[in-house]
Amino acid sequence: MPSILNRLRPYAMVAPALVVFSLFYLYPIGYMIHLSFHEWNFISPVKTYVGLNNYREMLADDTFLQVLRNSALYTVMTVLLATGTALPLAIWLNRKSAFHAFVQGAIFSPHIISLVSISLLWSWLMDPEYGLLNGLLHLFGISPLKWLNDPGTALVSLVIVAVWKSLGYNTLVFIAGLQSIPPELLEAAALDRSKPWTTFRRLILPMLSPTLFFLVIINLIGSFQVFETIAIMTQGGPINSTNTLVYYIYEYGFRFFKIGYASAAGVILLIIVGTLTLIYFRLLSRRVHYR
Amino acid sequence: MARIELIDVVKRFKGETVIPNLNLTIREGSFTVLVGPSGCGKSTTLRMIAGLERQTSGDIRIDGELVNDTEPGKRDVAMVFQNYALYPNMTVRGNIEFGLKNRGVPKRERERLIRDICEIAGLTPYLDKKPQSLSGGQRQRVALARAMVKNPKVFILDEPLSNLDAKLRGQMRTELIELHKRLGTTFVYVTHDQVEAMSMGDRIVVMNKGEVMQAAPPMVLYEDPDNLFTAQFIGTPPMNVLPASRLPGLRTEGEGHAEFVGFRPEHALLSPETAELTREGLVIAGQIATRESLGAEQVYKLRCEAGSFFVKSFLNPYVGGDFALAVVPFERLYFFDRDGNRLRRLRAVRPQLAAAGV
Repeated sequence: MPSILNRLRPYAMVAPALVVFSLFYLYPIGYMIHLSFHEWNFISPVKTYVGLNNYREMLADDTFLQVLRNSALYTVMTVLLATGTALPLAIWLNRKSAFHAFVQGAIFSPHIISLVSISLLWSWLMDPEYGLLNGLLHLFGISPLKWLNDPGTALVSLVIVAVWKSLGYNTLVFIAGLQSIPPELLEAAALDRSKPWTTFRRLILPMLSPTLFFLVIINLIGSFQVFETIAIMTQGGPINSTNTLVYYIYEYGFRFFKIGYASAAGVILLIIVGTLTLIYFRLLSRRVHYR
Repeated sequence: MARIELIDVVKRFKGETVIPNLNLTIREGSFTVLVGPSGCGKSTTLRMIAGLERQTSGDIRIDGELVNDTEPGKRDVAMVFQNYALYPNMTVRGNIEFGLKNRGVPKRERERLIRDICEIAGLTPYLDKKPQSLSGGQRQRVALARAMVKNPKVFILDEPLSNLDAKLRGQMRTELIELHKRLGTTFVYVTHDQVEAMSMGDRIVVMNKGEVMQAAPPMVLYEDPDNLFTAQFIGTPPMNVLPASRLPGLRTEGEGHAEFVGFRPEHALLSPETAELTREGLVIAGQIATRESLGAEQVYKLRCEAGSFFVKSFLNPYVGGDFALAVVPFERLYFFDRDGNRLRRLRAVRPQLAAAGV
């Protein structure tokens, strides 16, 4: 009798988590895949089975291809800029002084502000008529930009916002990574007559690679799912120049009520993010633990 | 081979003085051990010699050359760290090669040097392994090889054996002594372990609170300590120290007033009865509190009126019950003044037979 109880106990323990996970993750994913083979408008009791039609239609849609391109472009730019600026910043901030502590806190603060507020704030900053940014440009004698209103600059403008928001977090993670490098190692390098750049390239960067890798993946997945800034600042415009995957799904699902079609796009997003996550975990298990 | 001189060196950390004024000469080719309790400034001294820490004021010379403003890599100093500080992302070969590459040693020369050094250190089978797959002793050898391959003027070792288990530590101790003999380079070695210091160094610098208490060869420290600190730091168990005023049988002659009397545990003899022993030495009566038998030797802790003290004996275990008389030959007594300084001109007076009344 107690042996049966013992055997059941672990299942009972994980049951709550399992229930929540199934209800809010597994079931919606299954349902989404199911819907992607149907045509449905959210209201009608009838869901028409259409096979792969949704996918076929989507892949033939120029807008969808542009959306994919936008998403990829946005992601690559955000990840490169967010990690590429955070690392030198972290190296600079990795010091113990009141000033450095203040800057650390200051650049981290956007991370805890709601994305909606940030979007509204930046919409105002980037306003072509009376925005602060154009005012600044004017000070330096540069002609004003149209920021979000120009298809050529809109996506980059959103990248700037995303980088600004994630910079503090990325920097903080990098600082943690830097601090986990034993100081004796750098001293040993100094005694080995290593120049600062050599120490960085041959020692600090390799030691930091797990951190760097973690940040790249986290930012990659996050960027692919960008939604709030686009919904508030550009609504995918002008002329789809900032339309990305999640916003595309939202528009088709909740504005055009083409749930089947939106689900098919959702499946594509699932595949992309799923692949990235898989790569992450695969590499994570292989990553070297420097101890 | 180089001589290291520290002249009027002061080190302060954020207003806290770690080393008030240090004058120390480390002889060329010596195996000098800096020893002292933690926080005594020995590691700081070491790091200042290596250039990892800059002295607040004062001069440091290596081989006669002023190195105050010389960066660590250019001082021709190699250091072995307590935790080895091997580059974890590089193989054993990469670790040894890194310093050579930075010095611009040509590839063929590098390969020869690495081959030779690994032959000596017994690392040849591990050349392409990463440090984390090596054992503690092997890592230690890699750290030594990395230091040796640079053929430095000075070897600096910061508690290099403290991460090893007791057996390996003993083995590495011998290897380091041999290594020093073979290389003839100046070794500066930091440890908090006086046994390690005594067994390895040909010169020991005892430090306390940033000051040199005594710098001398091991046996001089043991037999002729300058002060209470050194006397009590060296030896296991340390020198017994009792207040002179509470030892009734003691009379002294010479210069100075003895505040403390010290004697080595191994110089005291336990005896059950007084007899004529009082003529031979100072007799202290006490209760035996604990007995430790270490095989070849016995260590007793005795409690007497003046305090407690240890007696170490290489004879058969004491069988006289819990009460014992400890007899210390008069010439084995050390006298110290109130500040703990040794009173070398003070001697114990041998009591006249008539006056013997303990």
